[in-house]
Amino acid sequence: MSETRLMEGSEVFADAMVRAGCRFFAGYPMTPFTEVLEHMATALPPVGGVCINAESELEAVGMVWGAAATGTRAATGSTGQGLSLMQESIAEASLAGIGFVVLNMARGQGDYFQATRGGGHGDYRTPVLAPSGPSEVSELMAEAFELADRWRNPVVVLGDYYMAHTWVDMDVTDSPPDPPDCPDWALDGTSGGTGAAKLVSPLGTTKQRDGVGYDLAAHYADRARRRAEMEAGIAPRAELTDTDDAEVVVVAYSTMARYAHAAVTELRREGLAVGLVRPVTLWPFPGDAVREASRGAHTIVVYENNAGQMIDDVRLSVLGATPVVGHNGFATDSSAFGIAPDVTVENLTSALREVLATPREGRADGDRPHAGDQRTADRHGAGSGEDLT
Amino acid sequence: MTTDHRQGAGETPARIVPSHEVPPDATLVADNTAELIDVGEHHLCPGCGEPIAIRAVMDGLSLLGLAERCIAVFGIGCSTAFSNNLDVEVLQALHGRAPSVATGAARSRPGLAVFTIQGDGDLANEGLQEVLHAAARGENIVCFMLNNGVFGETGGHLTVTTTIGQRTKNTLEGRDAARHGHPMRVAELLAGIDGVGYVARGAVNNAGNVARTKRMVVEAFTAQQQGLGLSFVEILTMCPTGWFVPTTEAPAYLEETIAATHRVGVLRSALG
Repeated sequence: MSETRLMEGSEVFADAMVRAGCRFFAGYPMTPFTEVLEHMATALPPVGGVCINAESELEAVGMVWGAAATGTRAATGSTGQGLSLMQESIAEASLAGIGFVVLNMARGQGDYFQATRGGGHGDYRTPVLAPSGPSEVSELMAEAFELADRWRNPVVVLGDYYMAHTWVDMDVTDSPPDPPDCPDWALDGTSGGTGAAKLVSPLGTTKQRDGVGYDLAAHYADRARRRAEMEAGIAPRAELTDTDDAEVVVVAYSTMARYAHAAVTELRREGLAVGLVRPVTLWPFPGDAVREASRGAHTIVVYENNAGQMIDDVRLSVLGATPVVGHNGFATDSSAFGIAPDVTVENLTSALREVLATPREGRADGDRPHAGDQRTADRHGAGSGEDLT
Repeated sequence: MTTDHRQGAGETPARIVPSHEVPPDATLVADNTAELIDVGEHHLCPGCGEPIAIRAVMDGLSLLGLAERCIAVFGIGCSTAFSNNLDVEVLQALHGRAPSVATGAARSRPGLAVFTIQGDGDLANEGLQEVLHAAARGENIVCFMLNNGVFGETGGHLTVTTTIGQRTKNTLEGRDAARHGHPMRVAELLAGIDGVGYVARGAVNNAGNVARTKRMVVEAFTAQQQGLGLSFVEILTMCPTGWFVPTTEAPAYLEETIAATHRVGVLRSALG
């Protein structure tokens, strides 16, 4: 008999991590990451795992570095500022070949660049998975840990305040499976004294007894090759809704994609030709899907709760073949948690109606400047579509 | 340049030229390389105390039979030159981050002797809070701080342990408390934290201190094996390059200046 339980989104993130084999978690409280940390503190000890309320984000990611190097599935996370503090370790973990999961429990979507470009130094990237809501978290979390293990690289899973506080029914029938076996490269302490002691280091793994010291040039070249393999080895994914005959295609990710889905569904009911592309992987970005889905469209609308960041990736995807405009710049409430009162289905349907009604003849290129500035807090509502032209 | 003074007057002194090549006619009469150190020759400056300190740690591990159940977590500094030269498992950490990295490793592998090796710039400047927090949490790890009072790897710059009057590249006239602040005594800081099992400060400037430091290393690992919490051993090491003193004078300089501020001894022990 299947068993379901009503869970808050933050608990869904925790439950998904435990089910994915995560047995070590460290974090520093910061809303809306705090809520996940609380649940991990409860969820990990019963399965033999460890959760540490770290004294800083620097220490949280350091602890995860140490745990992951022993082959333990490990995760940390935070919100914008806290993630900024972690970037040195995330960047260097990529060089050290240490894989773990980083929850980016964002406030709004202003940290798209931080997530997809990495906020740290050096020539590295991190895969980024963006569930649209709690129901998709379990599947993507399992994938995130698989990717972290396979590519020995940090992997980012994006959430946000809305997702952390959305309650959903979750199937909790199966108990969490055992974590996978420890990989060969990981440290278990036992190779010492054998003449072949293991070394895990962002400086490389060449040892002096082999006649060579650390060779950073060779190591960086090797990691660059691995990065290229990783990028080629991860299939970019997007979920398409009604894009086949769409004249206007919306591109949105995460919680914003749920609003967009509702808006597109409503406009379709009225017979209006709109569609939605929801990137599921933000790195690698599903550029081919965006390009294909918008082939017959006269406009692409990138709907984001920021000042316009993913729009860069969308423009790179279509390279001017289709006009791209942003519907963004929403004011957030005073909580600073990224809650934007103007992010509503009605606001988006109004904007899309305007775009649909605007004649497009003779316009070949998308990268036109906006007629006005990006929309601002006092220019929302039914008329906001004017900013799209 | 070193000259061979055994040669008679009037002869041209022969230069001794260091070489990585073993002369074809050389005969190895004794190899005193420590059991757990792969290559005996090191890449650090002549007169450096860090190889002696690292050897003391490795000898302690050997003595206690911990080589096959330990993980060494290295920080970034001159001693990183040994992180790929040991026959124990090594996890390289970033500058300042070794105690938290060791925490993650030790919590995931509770049976192992997990220990850190950092310099004073790494442990006390960049990441002081890490060792303090790890100590307060009672993490069952051993933390070693090789203290030479300078950032040796960058060429001899002020750290928080630099003693008053000590010349560094950015305190050329000597550290002046009014201008550059006071030195921190890190072992004393640790000794005041509940959650530590053992705290000591050794030195490697003479044979007696080396032997004493090895005993401290053994006691620190013993406390770790007994689950007494965090063990901390600070080891004063010579840095003639960073101190701007002749190599042969560095041990005495350590004794007279560094150790006068950072006193050698056992500060706290929960061992029975």
